[in-house]
Amino acid sequence: MSTGTLSRQEPTIVEYDVRTDEMLVNMGPQHPSTHGVLRLVLRTDGEVISEVTPHLGYLHRCAEKIGENVTPIQFIPYTDRMDYLAGMNMNLAYSLAVEKLCGMKIPEKAQVIRVIIAELNRIASHLVGMGAYGLDLGTFSPFLYAFREREMILDLFEEVCGARLTYSYITIGGVHDDLPPGWIERCQKFLDYFKPRIPEYHTLLTTNHIFVQRTANVGVLSKETALSYGCTGPVLRGSLDRRKGDPAWDLRKIEPYCGYETYDFRAVIPPFDDWDVGNRPWEPPPGTVIGDAWHRFMVRMLEVVESIKIIEQALKRYPNAQGAHRIEPPKHLPAGEAYQETEAPRGQMGFYIVGRPTKDAVPLRVRARSSCFCNLSVANEICRGCLIADIPAIVGSLDFVMGEVDR
Amino acid sequence: MSPAEIIATLEKKFGDRIKAKRLDVPDAYVVIEPGDLLEVCRFLRDEPGLRFEILNCITGVDYLEPDPKKAPKAGFEPHLEVVYHLSSFTYPGQRFCLKLMLPRWKDNQPGQLPEVPSVASLWRTADWHEREVYDLCGIYFTGHPDLRRILLADDWEGHPLRKDYEFPLEYHGIRGR
Repeated sequence: MSTGTLSRQEPTIVEYDVRTDEMLVNMGPQHPSTHGVLRLVLRTDGEVISEVTPHLGYLHRCAEKIGENVTPIQFIPYTDRMDYLAGMNMNLAYSLAVEKLCGMKIPEKAQVIRVIIAELNRIASHLVGMGAYGLDLGTFSPFLYAFREREMILDLFEEVCGARLTYSYITIGGVHDDLPPGWIERCQKFLDYFKPRIPEYHTLLTTNHIFVQRTANVGVLSKETALSYGCTGPVLRGSLDRRKGDPAWDLRKIEPYCGYETYDFRAVIPPFDDWDVGNRPWEPPPGTVIGDAWHRFMVRMLEVVESIKIIEQALKRYPNAQGAHRIEPPKHLPAGEAYQETEAPRGQMGFYIVGRPTKDAVPLRVRARSSCFCNLSVANEICRGCLIADIPAIVGSLDFVMGEVDR
Repeated sequence: MSPAEIIATLEKKFGDRIKAKRLDVPDAYVVIEPGDLLEVCRFLRDEPGLRFEILNCITGVDYLEPDPKKAPKAGFEPHLEVVYHLSSFTYPGQRFCLKLMLPRWKDNQPGQLPEVPSVASLWRTADWHEREVYDLCGIYFTGHPDLRRILLADDWEGHPLRKDYEFPLEYHGIRGR
């Protein structure tokens, strides 16, 4: 059976024919493939899903209320705990929003460090995404390979800030400390070690027959649906098509911040025919269609390659970068409001901050626009009509972190 | 289009139904009446040249100083704002912001949630975002397909992002403080 015909009409799949009474099946909140505490209530007819209702809030801490009671610098550690797999990117998003409100201009050196750190964290985050997705689909080895490399990134982070998960390193006005001596060389050494490992992942997962069978043509998300639901990041990019003239929808390209416009890299959107994936000649596996789980996975894999390119350019700039690693932020927030979005690994992470008219140190309102929150809301749309066994494949391909959904 | 041109387009179409505008802030915005919301949003989404296909975020902001001593100097009258952040897919980089001003309680009756028409029929993003704003800020969205709490438990009382929210002392036997 070829994967190309795997669809609802496939007569050889008996599960589509056997219908029973409608049944409600509870999945979670402790199911291993729900990436945190998410509860899905499935309405099923035989093996076929007719409705998925996500129930959120198990990790809700009302971070927005906390944000109204602490100063922006005090709030930075709380942003770490939103998307805890990409703490640096969360710090960066919040810092940029506050800096936009205060009208601060960040020195070049701080910008370069921010880019290096944010892209390293993007790699670490996508490695977990890739490894955990393998786990969802029942293969254990990619997870171990991914964590072997992620461990080295965490060691690099530990050197700059002392923490391995909740960093609070990027802060308002720049970064907390300058890079330690010799760090640039160690980072470059890691990249040199890491680059030849990427073809290994492609052998393990991307072109693996079982993996392709599980993900090709599963959970197909159209561009229109993705836009309407506010999906961003790899979930949206996996549904775009370069041949149809879709823009390379990556905030680092279309609304650059931190000087991303000066770096040479590409935003990853399908088809992937001209991307070097390490083992050419190479074609997309048969049966995959744009917008399916396989394409969302592949966008993440290729973003890792682009992030390496950005880091290497930034490492070369660092020794000559001008200015300090941090400037002092103003003691009091100005009145007014600012909304800033950044391209975090899982999509567009936005912060909206309102300063008090009395120019207090504490903001009137902090709002976190979570990318995973929007990406998860599309689950019901794309799970409808699939089999129960496909749920881990679809939900895993959305790659959300419940800490960010619930905030 | 620049923010100034977007506002000019809106003023040309809706005239004095645009209640206020600000251009000298980081994110330019206009203020409209809740009754005009659906019409303005549909125009912003479908008009060639605007095409705001993406609703990034809906935020409820409670302007209230709960401390009566500080209230006269707070710099604002007590009210609620609902803020819509939009961006365009057809014209990458084009952003805009809409605002609604509401009384804190409908008809000044504490406990009666103010009402806003739902935009879930225009952008599906609004479905969950409006549920969140309802849950945390206490704003009722009329015409929403399934308006129930999303982050808090179904039997939770009050709306935590209201400035006068009182933290519960206990919840099902769990001590609050």
